[in-house]
Amino acid sequence: MVGAGVVGAACAYYAARAGLAVAVVDRGPVAGGTTGAGEGNLLVSDKEPGPELDLALLSLRLWRELAEQLGPAVEYEPKGGVVVASTAAGQQALRDFAAGQAAVGVSAEEVPAERLHELEPHLAPGLAGGYHYPQDAQVQPALAAAHLLREARRMGAELSTGETVTAVERGPDGAVRGVRTDRRRLAAPAVVNATGAWGAELAALAGAHLPVLPRRGFVLVTEPLPRVVRHKVYSADYVADVASGSAGLQTSSVIEGTPGGPVLIGASRERVGFDRTISHEAIGRLAAEAAALFPVLAQVAVMRTYRGFRPYLPDHLPAIGEDPRVPGLYHACGHEGAGIGLAPATGLLISEQLTGKRSELDLAPFRADRFPASTDPLEKP
Amino acid sequence: MPTSPSELFDLAVVGAGPAGLAAAVTAADLGLRCVLLDGADRTGGQYYRHPAPGLGAARPDRLHHGWAAYTGLAARLTAHRRAEFRGGHQVWALERTEDGFAVHVTLGPEAAERTTVRARTVLLATGAYERQLPFPGWTLPGVVTAGGAQAMLKAGLVLPGRRIVVAGSGPLLLAAASSLVGAGADVPAVVEASGYLGYARRPGVLAAVPAKLVEGAGHGSALLRHGVRLRPRSAVVEAHGDERVTGVTVARLGADWRPLPGTERRIDCDALAVGHGLLPQIELATELGAQTRTGPDGAVALRVDARLRTTVPGLWSAGETNGVGGADLALAEGELAAHAIAGEPPERALLRRRARLRAFAELMAAAHRPGPGWTGWLRPDTDVCRCEEVPVARIREAVEELGAGDPRTVKLLTRAGMGWCQGRMCGPAVACLSGATGAGPDRRPLACPVPLSQLAAGASE
Repeated sequence: MVGAGVVGAACAYYAARAGLAVAVVDRGPVAGGTTGAGEGNLLVSDKEPGPELDLALLSLRLWRELAEQLGPAVEYEPKGGVVVASTAAGQQALRDFAAGQAAVGVSAEEVPAERLHELEPHLAPGLAGGYHYPQDAQVQPALAAAHLLREARRMGAELSTGETVTAVERGPDGAVRGVRTDRRRLAAPAVVNATGAWGAELAALAGAHLPVLPRRGFVLVTEPLPRVVRHKVYSADYVADVASGSAGLQTSSVIEGTPGGPVLIGASRERVGFDRTISHEAIGRLAAEAAALFPVLAQVAVMRTYRGFRPYLPDHLPAIGEDPRVPGLYHACGHEGAGIGLAPATGLLISEQLTGKRSELDLAPFRADRFPASTDPLEKP
Repeated sequence: MPTSPSELFDLAVVGAGPAGLAAAVTAADLGLRCVLLDGADRTGGQYYRHPAPGLGAARPDRLHHGWAAYTGLAARLTAHRRAEFRGGHQVWALERTEDGFAVHVTLGPEAAERTTVRARTVLLATGAYERQLPFPGWTLPGVVTAGGAQAMLKAGLVLPGRRIVVAGSGPLLLAAASSLVGAGADVPAVVEASGYLGYARRPGVLAAVPAKLVEGAGHGSALLRHGVRLRPRSAVVEAHGDERVTGVTVARLGADWRPLPGTERRIDCDALAVGHGLLPQIELATELGAQTRTGPDGAVALRVDARLRTTVPGLWSAGETNGVGGADLALAEGELAAHAIAGEPPERALLRRRARLRAFAELMAAAHRPGPGWTGWLRPDTDVCRCEEVPVARIREAVEELGAGDPRTVKLLTRAGMGWCQGRMCGPAVACLSGATGAGPDRRPLACPVPLSQLAAGASE
């Protein structure tokens, strides 16, 4: 497993549980990339019917099991989501969206304007209505990754951080034989690319084309507050932003409280490569939207902001499963902003494939060779 | 919303302590239109701290070295047409723009609006904050920082207690102890972790700064007169008390600062002033990608060239931000940076003085570098992060069982450093406990908390 973020951790966990000998290698620390910058959204509410929603529904079920097994340390909260619309047209769009989701097993309840404040007392007045999604949940991503890895290690997996994979070794038949790192050679008939936003680089080491691009996001963190936001609350625009391929800045705040007290406000989306410069435009817009949805937050202090890079593939679906072009190379990356939520299902599917079991889901939509080779993975904005 | 386009200054100086004051006055003398920003209402910074108005303090100079240097600079600043002081301006971020910098300011939590100051160049003179190392009992009332004790004295004319142990490491301890006894406190001991031997290794550097020797001797003789005992190579390894501190345990330290068993002795006191030197406050620059260096004291400071330019074009830095070295060095660097920004050659004597003082600062820094053995006085239940109440045991669990090997991962897994101080207090301890080697600078995109409404106002600017 290359990558010790939440996806690599879940892959290691399920593979070790299936009895495989597993080594996890990461050039940074545990949860040092996008996982450590994530909010921990386990969402079905923002997904239209299709392969990603199937993955999310499977993952939600697995997260419930994992939460029991890993205990309170991972801060799993099945708190539900509330999507609000500011106009009647927006509410109608939500209605249509929810009707499609209901057909595949997503629970959603329409909340008329006058009842929104029963769910969220501090919401701004004048909204047109919303939808309540009881299945949406939350974990603390870094803790989730660390505890999955701890369990994997208890089952015999090895973890090596601060070790960089420098080459993927292949035999004369083109099949993967292992990796070389800056410290050693690791022999393995299967290598899993769980390097998230850096997935294109690892794929290239194995001679495969995978156009993963970073999509930058900022999250604002307020001072600790009593619980003023009970659910994951976001405006209907968020769904459109997630599905957009635009390189330009998009913001639509998801606002939520945390067990520690701070309210998280995130996240913006823009394609600017791995640029870490703070965008005052992005954080300003996030703040303005949060204050518009929850006026009580206007006078609250923002303590810090952090940024991360979502691993984004052109069709917004992850790459999961063995690469048809390189036997032994498995991809588990490109989950964009949904990696925390989709990690367990990804890990389970990878371990099923590794052990030759029949897969719970059809992996065809997630094939790594679905992109034409002309899509340049190192595209600059 | 401020709608009128704000003036573009030639220079914005952030921080009105010795370096910033000297820089603003000098730059204005050299023809630059400059603005001096500080979170406090008055100039002076931490070093030239004013007694609170209303206390009727007749002689603030008695608590200060170099008060005359301050009043001279302050008078020149007030008289200057080209320099302007804006107090109550807390800078939370610098942003590069086409014509220089946007300096983002909060006027405090009550302010309805945010303010943005525009300038072609920026000089960072944001000084330093105290390095804290935790020990059992350090969160008890009556335990204050060494700098905090001096600040209480200078600003409030009050003492943190009657019988005050001064402990930690660094030249600030002698200065603090000397001020405290001067104000009538009983100081039973100054407990210094280093051996002071580091100074003696480079006598040439010491001899080149006679003023420093005189200053040190001044503190020393004041302490001798009051019967203060100096305990080198020792540390307070525990503070005792229920509702407030009633005494401390002092132990001798080995060369790596590990406490030596069997050397513990108790000293009764009703206050403890403790500090382990100062750390440069540089996040405004590192957020712009400015490169840093690790000083001989282990502290991360900005990397500057001979003309005090950082690696960010248009951004200069003077004083403690370049490595802690005291007020005289800060004054010299402020003046020097102003010359560089104005494109004027500085006097040779100024260059020489700065070089001498900087060399001395490096020597001091090396002498007071914390040894890795200090963690030997921690107990599993000692809080490391007091904002989020994270004890040593939780940090060790994150490192030993959860795979954290650096401060950022420890923070993610334990919340250490996520509270009000944003890791300024626990950062050095967490870095040490995480086993990190050569940790980079702390990242703080917001240098201070900003009300959400003020952040939001930026979106439509």
